[in-house]
Amino acid sequence: MATQSLLQFTGKSIYCSQADAHIDPWIPVDRAIITHAHSDHARWGSKHYLAHKDSEPILRLRLGPDISLQTVEYGEKFVINGVVFSLHPAGHIIGSAQVRVEYKGEVWVASGDYKLEDDKFCVPFEPVKCNVFITESTFGLPIYKWQPQQEIYSEIDNWFTQNRLEDKASILMGYSLGKMQRILKGIQLPKGPIYAHGAIYTLNDRLRQAGFDLPELTLVTKETDKKLFRGSLVLAPPSVDSSTWIRKFNPYSLGYCSGWMALRGAKNRRAVDQGFILSDHVDWPDLNTAVIESGAEKVYVTHGYTSIFSRWLNENGIEAGEVTTMYGNEEETEDRATGEGPESEGIENKKDMSPIPDDPDLKLS
Amino acid sequence: MKQFAELFMNLDRTNKTNAKVELMKNYFLSASDEDKMWALTLFTGRRPSFKVNRTQVKEWAAAEANIPMWLFQESYQSVGDLGETISLILPRNGSEDSDKSLTEWFYYLGLLPKMTDEEKHDHILQAWSQLSQHETFVFNKLLMGSFRIGVSQTLVVRALAEATATDSNVIAHRVMGKWDPLETTFEKLILDEGENDNASRPYPFFLAYPIEGDVSNLGNPEDWFVEWKWDGIRSQIIYRNNELFIWTRGEELSTDKFPELHFLSSVLPNGTVLDGEIVSYIDNKPMPFNVLQTRIGRKNLTKKVLEEAPVAFIAYDIMEANGIDIRNLSQIQRRAQLEEIHKNMPVQSIFNLSPLVEFKEWSELHDLHPTSRENIAEGFMIKRKNSTYQVGRKKGDWWKWKIDPLSVDAVLIYAQKGSGRRAELFTDYTFAVWGDDGKLIPFAKAYSGLTDVEIGQVDYFIKRNIVEKFGPVRTVKPELVFEIGFEGINESTRHKSGIAVRFPRILRWRKDKKAAEADTLASLKGILELYK
Repeated sequence: MATQSLLQFTGKSIYCSQADAHIDPWIPVDRAIITHAHSDHARWGSKHYLAHKDSEPILRLRLGPDISLQTVEYGEKFVINGVVFSLHPAGHIIGSAQVRVEYKGEVWVASGDYKLEDDKFCVPFEPVKCNVFITESTFGLPIYKWQPQQEIYSEIDNWFTQNRLEDKASILMGYSLGKMQRILKGIQLPKGPIYAHGAIYTLNDRLRQAGFDLPELTLVTKETDKKLFRGSLVLAPPSVDSSTWIRKFNPYSLGYCSGWMALRGAKNRRAVDQGFILSDHVDWPDLNTAVIESGAEKVYVTHGYTSIFSRWLNENGIEAGEVTTMYGNEEETEDRATGEGPESEGIENKKDMSPIPDDPDLKLS
Repeated sequence: MKQFAELFMNLDRTNKTNAKVELMKNYFLSASDEDKMWALTLFTGRRPSFKVNRTQVKEWAAAEANIPMWLFQESYQSVGDLGETISLILPRNGSEDSDKSLTEWFYYLGLLPKMTDEEKHDHILQAWSQLSQHETFVFNKLLMGSFRIGVSQTLVVRALAEATATDSNVIAHRVMGKWDPLETTFEKLILDEGENDNASRPYPFFLAYPIEGDVSNLGNPEDWFVEWKWDGIRSQIIYRNNELFIWTRGEELSTDKFPELHFLSSVLPNGTVLDGEIVSYIDNKPMPFNVLQTRIGRKNLTKKVLEEAPVAFIAYDIMEANGIDIRNLSQIQRRAQLEEIHKNMPVQSIFNLSPLVEFKEWSELHDLHPTSRENIAEGFMIKRKNSTYQVGRKKGDWWKWKIDPLSVDAVLIYAQKGSGRRAELFTDYTFAVWGDDGKLIPFAKAYSGLTDVEIGQVDYFIKRNIVEKFGPVRTVKPELVFEIGFEGINESTRHKSGIAVRFPRILRWRKDKKAAEADTLASLKGILELYK
C-alpha cells in the first residue's frame, strides 16, 4: 500500500491524518489550523482553533468571543503526534501565515493566500524551503503584473485631491480586512475625519484596541450630517456600490481597490469612476518567484487559475497538480467580477457554512 | 498619443453621456487639427486597415512576453480583448515614453502595408517598446482595426457642435458621407461652410421612440398619421447632380447592393432625398426580413440571388425636393410632395408609397395591431401630422408601436464567456427546446436581455454546474429556463433543429419553470408554419 501523503485534499480541508489536524476546514472539525482570518479560510464551528496571534482579534470578532483558540508566534514550533508544525509570514493580511508541516524529514507548506510585496502593515512574506508547496493562483495569468504600491497610492492621493477640489466625497471601496489597513498605512491621510462603513469601522476599532497602529475612523451613521461628507474620504466594502447606503454621499466619486481592476472589462462592469490596481495576492511574476524560492519538487495549485498555472509549471520542469476540490468544480468558480476571492464582507455573517464562497452580487439580490 | 489614449481610457470608464460629451469636447478644443481629424475618423467608425495578420501579431506578442501560445490564448480568453491582452503581457521597463502624436502614429502604421513580414515585426515591436500599457492598448486597437468606443455618433456630433459652436444638425450633416482623413482636413470638413458640400451626403435619420403607455394617450387621432412599420432596411435614397446614392441606416453607402433601384436615377428629379424602407418584394407583396437577409453581406449579387430575393423601396418621407432642404415642412406637406413623386413613377411596384392606415378611433388601431405579422410589418409607425423631420432619436412626434416578439420557453444548455465589459463572466448562452425523442435540441444563441444582477446569478449557477468543456464552450446542467423572444422564424438546413430564428433575445428568466416544462421543437415548428 502506498504511504499516505503528509497532507491530503479531502474536499473538506487540507488534512494531516498523522496529526488529525485540518488546515482551513470549511466544515466544523476538532482541530483547525487557520492560515488567516478571511471568512473563506476561517470558518465557524470547529472545536479548537490554532492561528497566529495577530489573527486573534479578528477571529474572535468573526467566529465568536468564546472560541477555543490557541495562538502562536511566527516560527514557533508545535508538535502533534510527532508532526512538527510552524507558522510563517504570508504577507497577505494581518496575522496571515503559511503552515509548515514536517514529518520524518519531509516538509510541506500550505501557503493559504499570500503576496510578496511588503504592505507595511502585516509582517512580510518569508520564503520557506519545502518539498511540497501548496499555492494559490488567484492571479495566475501573465496578464497580471502589479505596479509598485507607491504608484497606486499616488493615484489614490491625486484622485482624492481632485475630488476635494470639486467638493465631492471620495468613496474608496476595498476589502475591509487587509486592503483597508494597508491603504490607511499607504495613502496620505486627510487632516479631517476619515469616514467608514460599519464593516470597516468595527474591524479597525478592534485592531486598534488590540494595539495595532491605525488611525481612528469615524463611523457613518444615519445621523451623520450629510454636509460633512463634502470633500471627505469615505472607506467602504465593495458591496456598497449597488446599495442605497451610498446615496447619502452625493455628490461623490467611487473608487475601487482590487487586482481585478487591471482589466477594463472588470472595471467597466463595476461601473466605478476609478479602479485602483491594488491586490493582496501575488501577481504572475511573484507567483513564479515564490514557487522557485520554496525549492519545492512538487507543487499543488489551489484556488484561482489552477489548471493553467499547473500546466505552466509542468512545462517548466516543476511537477505540479491542480487541486480543484477546495473552492468548487472549476478554476473559475470564484466570482472574479465582484471581488478578490471569496471573502465575505458582513461581519455578522458568521453562520454561513456554505461550501461555496459568498458572492457579493448574489447577496444583494 | 498620450492625450488620445487618456481620452479613450476616460471615455471607457464613464457611462454618463454628459461626461463623455465633455471629455470629447475638451479633446476637440485642445488637440491639434490633424489629431482631431484622426480622432473623428475613429469616432465615426471609419477604420483604416493596415493589412496585418492578427495571428502573426499574437505570435510576436507571445514571443516577446516569453510565454507559449496556449498561455497567450488562455490570457486572451480571460481578458476578452486581443489588443488589451497584448498590452498586458508585454514586458515593461518603465522607459516607455514616446511623444509621437496620434497623427504621427497613423503615418507610422501607414507604412505597414508595403512591408515584408519581418519588417512588420520589427516595426510593431518598436512601437510597443515606446508605449505605456494604455497607449499600447490604444495602438493595438488602431493596428488591428478593432476600434470600438462606447460613444454614439450623436454624442460625437454634440461634442463637436459644442466645441466649434456650430449647430448640431449642421455638424451631423458634415460628418456623414464619404470622406477620407488623408484627403481632407478638419478645417475643410467641419469648419468650412458650403464648400464641403458633397452630393452623396445623406441627412441624419429621424428615429422614433417606442410608444409609452397606451396609444390613446397621444390625444386626438386626427393629429396623427399611422403607417405600418416595415421590416426591412431603413434607407435614404439621394439623387443629386445626376447621381444616385443609397444609404442604409448603418451609414453605409450601399448603392451597388440594390441594382433594382438604379432605374430611379432616370425618373427622380435632381435634388431629391427620400426616406423609406428597402424590403424584399415578391409578387407585389413585401416578404419577411429573412428573405432579404439572404443577400445582405454578399459581395457578389448573382443572378440567382437577385431572382430569389428581389427588393423594392417603400417610401415614407422626403427631406429634399428640387435641391431644397424641406425637413422643416410639416409631415402633411412632405407627404403631399412624396405622393406627387410617386404618382409620376413608371414602376410603382418597385417604388411604393407606404400607405396610410385608415382609422378614426384609437380602438381601431388596437384591433389592427395584432394583424401586423400578416401584413409583414412589425407594428405601427405613428407620426404627428404637423411635425418637422428631426435629427436622431427625438421624443414626441414619431412613435413606434411594435408587436410583441414571438417567444418560447427554452433551456440553457451551453455557455461561453463574454468579452469586453462581460469578460470573465458567462454571458453567451445557447438555448434548447425538447425534441420528439426527449432530447434537448439547441435552436438559438442569445446574449442580451438580462440585468447585470441576473447575469451575475446565471454566471454563478453556470460556474457550479459545468458538465463538459469544449474549448471555450461549457455544457451546463440543463436546469435554467428562459423565455426567448425572436422577430422572425425560418427553415434552416444549417441548424440541427431545422429552424433559424431572427434576433433571438432573452425576454425573462422563468424561475417558476422547470426544464421539463420548457417548450418543444414541435411548438417551434408550429410557429414556423404560421409565419414562414
